[in-house]
Amino acid sequence: MSDQVAVHHRVPPYVLVTGPEQLLAERAVAHTLDELRVTQPDLEVIRLYAGAYEAGELTLHASPSLFGGAKCIVVHDLDEASDDLQADLLATLAVEPEPDLTLVVVHKGGARGKKVLDGLRGAGARVLDAPAIKTDRDKSDFAAHEFRRARRKATGEAVHALVEAVGKDVRELAAACQQLIDDTAGVIDEQVVLTYHGGKVEATGFRVADAAMAGDAGEALRLLRHAIAVGVDPVPIVAVLAQQARQLIAVGSAGRGRSVDVARDLGLAPWQVDRARRALGGWTADALATCVHAVAAADFEVKGGGRDPVYAVERCVLTITGQHARNRT
Amino acid sequence: MTVWRDVIGQEDAVAVLEHAVRTPTAMTHAWLFTGPPGSGRSVAARSFAAALLCPDGGCGTCRECRTALEGTHADVDVIATEGLSIKVEQARDLVALAAHRPSVGRYRVIIVEDADRLTERAADALLKALEEPVPRTVWMLCAPSVEDVIITIRSRSRHVRLRTPPVEAVAELLTRRDGVDPPMALYAARAAQSHVGLARRLARDEHARIRRHDVITMATKIVSVGDAMGAAGDLMTIAAEESAAASGERDAAERTRLLEVLGADPTARTQPPHIRSQLTSLEKEQKARATRFTRDVVDRALVDLLSVYRDALVLRTGAGTALVNEDGRQVVQRVGELLGPDDLLRAMDAIGTARERIDANVNPLLALEAMALDLRLPR
Repeated sequence: MSDQVAVHHRVPPYVLVTGPEQLLAERAVAHTLDELRVTQPDLEVIRLYAGAYEAGELTLHASPSLFGGAKCIVVHDLDEASDDLQADLLATLAVEPEPDLTLVVVHKGGARGKKVLDGLRGAGARVLDAPAIKTDRDKSDFAAHEFRRARRKATGEAVHALVEAVGKDVRELAAACQQLIDDTAGVIDEQVVLTYHGGKVEATGFRVADAAMAGDAGEALRLLRHAIAVGVDPVPIVAVLAQQARQLIAVGSAGRGRSVDVARDLGLAPWQVDRARRALGGWTADALATCVHAVAAADFEVKGGGRDPVYAVERCVLTITGQHARNRT
Repeated sequence: MTVWRDVIGQEDAVAVLEHAVRTPTAMTHAWLFTGPPGSGRSVAARSFAAALLCPDGGCGTCRECRTALEGTHADVDVIATEGLSIKVEQARDLVALAAHRPSVGRYRVIIVEDADRLTERAADALLKALEEPVPRTVWMLCAPSVEDVIITIRSRSRHVRLRTPPVEAVAELLTRRDGVDPPMALYAARAAQSHVGLARRLARDEHARIRRHDVITMATKIVSVGDAMGAAGDLMTIAAEESAAASGERDAAERTRLLEVLGADPTARTQPPHIRSQLTSLEKEQKARATRFTRDVVDRALVDLLSVYRDALVLRTGAGTALVNEDGRQVVQRVGELLGPDDLLRAMDAIGTARERIDANVNPLLALEAMALDLRLPR
């Protein structure tokens, strides 16, 4: 990174970090501080949090000190800022900036503190983005970028496998990337990822339900155990199973119309109708009715009617897969 | 004229209560009224309260009697919940209230209308007050059965059991008190299966009659799996709509009232934080009320549906007892033709299971779907 700093040479007096992704925001702040320390090794860093702010604190820290020295004030959570903090920030922006002072403001998103944002942008602040990382695609891009940044080659399959395994939390993903970068050498391929994260998958109720509705007992049970092991509650899993069974029956009895029309009548999305139609191949109406019975019984049991909620869901999943055509003789 | 005139078909219970009013040694400080829903538990409790406070032992016309029956008497407190449960905070308030001397009358009476909805902690909080009674405070707890209150409360109170009043008595009450035509009163009393409150609603509200009819005809319409799921969905929609219709206006009025009390501007798009928190807690309360209401409506519909299969069984076995759905005889006959006695019992069992499940917090739609699938008629 040091070469970049040479190009910029100086950090502007105001820096604004916007975006909901905490990890990226923290990195941006840390990066800015590193940059400042290149020229001012004895930099004093003052962190102010919106939640604990008291009126006048900012002005107090921003005023020049008797002994001089460079200062950086980092204001966290502008989006939760009280009126006091906003007023103080605006007042600081209104006057000529102190020569050795850098003000870094972090804003997660939302309408609060908009005036301050506009003020910062107007004063020529450097704006650093911390965009949300939500979809699998974002996560893959993020992981690929991590490897690229460390000048390491990673195959597409490796990145995919890594996101599957630890993609639930961005921090966890970042840590996993760092671990692979530090501990391995050469190209990072799928095999390397499996060595570290093999057998671990992100299991949700939806994936359990998909596997169950496809009649794949082994896969469904494996995912279910996994989901429960990582802390998914049995109650939402049962709710998803119910929803899937309901959708299949609704689509199955809706006739052969275009999927767009059927979707509109049933209040579903067209892709849901298409998926349900594909899944319907292995199902008869009576088999689905048995599923609904099993799910209703399981819902009763996971909500206190039975002794062991996990057993109740497992039995329910097995009943469902047992009703699928490929398991019936 | 007597204070007991609206307690119908409960001669035995009334005799016990009257005796307690007249004879000081027969009086005690805690009473537990049990009986099926609609049998008039809270009416019996209020009448008893009135009789206790009335200088003549229950004349039914004096000021004490009238205010006690209406629940506005200064020494009569009626606690009923619209949520799913009575919380421990409310119970503690009651205990504090029970320690006060009566202000005008001989007794302070506290009527808990839904003692079955006391949470376990709330019931525990009441125990002390029930165990070491303050002189001249009388507790009256109402619950469907003695099993619905914790055993320690049961053992500290005297039990008065009410029975399901006869249909004719309910019809007579509707005619006398609410001015309903006798034929309509008889229909309503029968259709509501002697539930006084429901009967009055059926007699007065045409929409309620239409909804009941819709529910009953549902029994003949479920043939395929798709029909069953659709019927369950319809039942849920009807319940949700009724709940929304009943509470929508009231919720809005409560909100406006709260904003007025807090001195906030009702037209403002966003409210300041301290008002927002109050609004959130109001909304939470309203949501709990709506949940309870929806469940009650669903349960009522299930009871109506159950009556169809019961009637079909009566016809099939030639038992000769009166039908609940005298007006829906065709529906009943058709169901009886298509289903054998075993199937009818199985259907009734399925409805019972659904009611149990909904009570145990199972998603109502899911419980109804499982039930409706068991109600399918043979093609």
